[in-house]
Amino acid sequence: MALITTFSTWIVPCLIAIILLYGTFKKVASYDAFVEGGKEGFSLAISVMPFLLGMLVAISVFRASGAMDALIHLISPLLSAVGMPPQVLPLALMRPLSGTGALGLMTDLIKTYGADSFIGKLASVMQGSTDTTFYVVTVYFGAVGIHRIGDALKVGLLADLVGVICAVWIVTLMFG
Amino acid sequence: MINIIWVALFLIGMGYAAFNGTMDDVNKAIFNSAGNAVQICFGLISVLIFWLGLMKIAEKSGLLEKLSTLFKPIMKRIFPEVPPEHPAMGYIMSNTIANMFGLGNAATPMGIKAMEELKKLNGGKSTPSRSMITLLALNTSGLTLVPTTVIAIRMNSHALSPTDIVGPTLLATCCTTVAALIIDRYFYHRRKRRERK
Repeated sequence: MALITTFSTWIVPCLIAIILLYGTFKKVASYDAFVEGGKEGFSLAISVMPFLLGMLVAISVFRASGAMDALIHLISPLLSAVGMPPQVLPLALMRPLSGTGALGLMTDLIKTYGADSFIGKLASVMQGSTDTTFYVVTVYFGAVGIHRIGDALKVGLLADLVGVICAVWIVTLMFG
Repeated sequence: MINIIWVALFLIGMGYAAFNGTMDDVNKAIFNSAGNAVQICFGLISVLIFWLGLMKIAEKSGLLEKLSTLFKPIMKRIFPEVPPEHPAMGYIMSNTIANMFGLGNAATPMGIKAMEELKKLNGGKSTPSRSMITLLALNTSGLTLVPTTVIAIRMNSHALSPTDIVGPTLLATCCTTVAALIIDRYFYHRRKRRERK
């Protein structure tokens, strides 16, 4: 477990060093390229703002009204049996449907329970170990005119389920 | 689908508040969370500029391409029906690499390109081929090396160590990817069995 923690601390600086060294070795104008890519990053961050804002407001209305707690209370006996905090269930359900929706829920969980809490860490890992299956299926197949989905949706949703289980399992082992 | 969920979150919340006397909290939440959302997006700007800037260097220096060739032997096994030199393979690899580095916006066009090529390989049929479903499985298992957005939000929320979830995320994402490929294989063989009957 200590190994994984060390890895977590080292991977980002190492990646940066590798990218910079390789870029210099290949005689890329690194700073110019950085600025060019950074501009894309800026417009990306600005363009997600309406999506995230819309989702966060909707989620906070749902939470502040007490409806979220009622829902969590309703499902908690089911989930505590498998060791999953019921608070993260809405995130697990939203993740295959909408990327920004899930991002909104994850942000909400981190803000409510703290980034270093078990729930905050579990939400962070879950966000990374699953993906928006419905979006991927619709966009990828839609773009090339595939009308019958076949087994794709089943495979994707089962993979998301495995992702949630893996996240709960690994976070419990490491931080639980 | 997402439109219905979004509206339902509002309406259920407001309905619940009407009967439970929490309308005051709802009012506060609306304006507080809107302000919060803007702050979060500003927090995202820092990490996204930095990361996408770095990735541009990686792209221009050919590092991403280099990585693709590294993954070729594995990819040949995952996609046995795609000839290794076919352009589809190149797009599949760019798509996977972009996903791994958290470049969702770069991954999508590459994925669509890959699908187009796979459709050609499949004789232009409107039903998905085996490789197309495998590519979807690979994409939906969320293979991530550096979850940039998650790190940014954790930084914003004053995590002691915002990157401490990188290792666990990588472990989880690897397990999920392997599981997704196994599930995909299972469904493929099930289809084969049914066709034979």
